[in-house]
Amino acid sequence: MIETKHVDFYYSGFHALKDISMRMEARTVTALIGPSGCGKSTFLRLFNRMNDLIDDTRVSGECLIDGEDIYHKSVAVDELRKRVGMVFQKPNPFPKSIFENVAYGLRVNDVRDKSFIACRVEASLRAAALWGEVKDKLRESAFALSGGQQQRLCIARALAVSPSVLLMDEPASALDPISTSKIEELIADLKRDYTIVIVTHNMQQAARVSDKTGFFMMGELVEFGETRMIFSDPVNEQTRNYVNGRFG
Amino acid sequence: MNKKLKQSIAFATFRLLGFLVVGVLFYILGFIVYNGAGVISWEFLTASPEEGMSAGGIFPAIVGTLCLVAGSVAIAFPVGVMSGIYIHEYLRNKWVARVIRVMTNNLGGIPSIVFGLFGMALFVQAFGFGDSILAGSFTLALLALPLVIRTTEEALKAIPGSYRAGSYALGAGKLQTIFRVTLPVAMPNILTGLILSVGRVSGETAPILFTVAAYFLPRLPSGIFDQVMALPYHLYVIATSGTDIEASRPMAYGTALVLVAIVLVMNLLATATRLRLGKKTKMD
Repeated sequence: MIETKHVDFYYSGFHALKDISMRMEARTVTALIGPSGCGKSTFLRLFNRMNDLIDDTRVSGECLIDGEDIYHKSVAVDELRKRVGMVFQKPNPFPKSIFENVAYGLRVNDVRDKSFIACRVEASLRAAALWGEVKDKLRESAFALSGGQQQRLCIARALAVSPSVLLMDEPASALDPISTSKIEELIADLKRDYTIVIVTHNMQQAARVSDKTGFFMMGELVEFGETRMIFSDPVNEQTRNYVNGRFG
Repeated sequence: MNKKLKQSIAFATFRLLGFLVVGVLFYILGFIVYNGAGVISWEFLTASPEEGMSAGGIFPAIVGTLCLVAGSVAIAFPVGVMSGIYIHEYLRNKWVARVIRVMTNNLGGIPSIVFGLFGMALFVQAFGFGDSILAGSFTLALLALPLVIRTTEEALKAIPGSYRAGSYALGAGKLQTIFRVTLPVAMPNILTGLILSVGRVSGETAPILFTVAAYFLPRLPSGIFDQVMALPYHLYVIATSGTDIEASRPMAYGTALVLVAIVLVMNLLATATRLRLGKKTKMD
C-alpha cells in the first residue's frame, strides 16, 4: 500500500506538488492523469525517489510505502528502488543482450548465483509476456527488438529484482496501438502481484487499466476516486471537462 | 553585383581554399613517399643504424616509439578517463568544473618543449627515473591528457540520461551505473580520442628530447628504465646533426615515412575501433 500525507514538492522556487494526500491499495492499478506539467510524473517519481537525482529539489510531508516513510534518513535509496520498480516513457534498454538487460538489476545487487539469475530472468520475461518471443535469442542485443518488445523487456527488467510496486510513466506513449494493447493486457495481469501506479495521457487507457484514477492540475490533486466514477460522473467540474476532452 | 554572382564567387573561393589545404597535405605526403619509399626495405625496418646513421636501419627507433606509445597510453588512459568521469559524473560544483575545464584546455595549449623541460625536472630528476622510457611516457602522457579528458567528458555527455535513470531505478549505485552502463557505451568515443591523441604525441620531439630519447643506441631496451631511440628525434638528429648529413638524407626521408605511417595506422585504428565497438553499443 502506498500513502502520501500532505506532500509538497519544490523544484528550487517552483511549487510542483501542493498538499497531496492519497492512498493506493496493494495490488490495484492507480492511474494519474492531467495536463502536461501538472505534477503527475513528479508525483510518481516520489515513490522511488528518482526526484533525488535532480539538483535543488525539496519534499515535505509523508510518503509511506507499507507504512514506512521512504524519505526517512534510515532508508537506503538503493534498497527502496529494488522494492519500487519503474518503467519509463521511452523504452530504455541498456546496450546489452536481452539476458543481461534483465539480469542487470540482480547483478548490481550482488546476486552471483548463475542458476538463480537464469531462473529469475526466465520468470521475469514470462511475467512480462516476452519469453515466447525472445527465448531463442537471449544473447542478442536488446536493440534488435521492436519498440513494444523493448518496453516489455524494460518491464521484465524491473520485475527481476522482485519489487512490490511498479511505477509506469506513460509506458505506452511511444508505442504503436498493438504494442500498447499488449502492455495494457500485461498491466491487468501484473495487478495480481504488484501495486501499480501509472501516469498516462491517454484517457481510454486510464479507463481501461485502472481501478482508481487521480486527476492532477497545476500541482494539485483535483479529484481522486474509482476510475468508473471519475470517467462517468466526476464530482469536480474541471475533472469533467478534462476527461471529456474539453481542455488539456 | 547580383546575388547569384556573389554566391558563385564565394563558393569558388571556399572551394579553392579547401583544395589548397588538401593539396598541401597531399604534396607533403607525396614528397615524403617519393623520397622515402626508396630506402624502405626489410633491412631498413629491422636493422640498427650504421656508419654514422647513413646506412643500416631504424629498428631501435621504431621499437622505441612503440614503447613510448604503449607507455603513454597506459598512463593517459586511466588517468584521463578517471578525470573525465570525475568532472562529468561526480563534480557538482559548476565553478570548480569550469576552472578544471579551462585549466585542462590551457594545458593543451602549452608548447610541447615546456612539457619536455617539465618532464625532465619532475620525472627525470625529482622522481629519479633518469632518461628512461618511464620518464618519456609520463611526459608524453601529460601532453595527451587534455585531449583524453575532454573526449571522455564529451563521450559521457553524449550518453542519454535515460540509461542512467534506468540503472538507478533498478537499485544500482552511481559507481555501478558508471562502470556497467555509462562507460561501456562511451568507450568507443573515448578510445578514439585516446588513440588520436597518443598518435599525435608520438610524433612529438620536444617532450622526449630531455626525458628519454637517445642520440645513438643501436640496441633494444631491456626495461622501463632504459633509454631508447625514437623516430621523431632520430629524424631530427639525422636531418641536422649527423656525422654526414648529406649521406644520411635518404635515411631521414625513410624515417619520416615510417613515422607518418605509424601515425596514420593509429588513426585508422581509432576509426576501426569506433566503428567496431560502436556497432555493439549503438544508442537507440
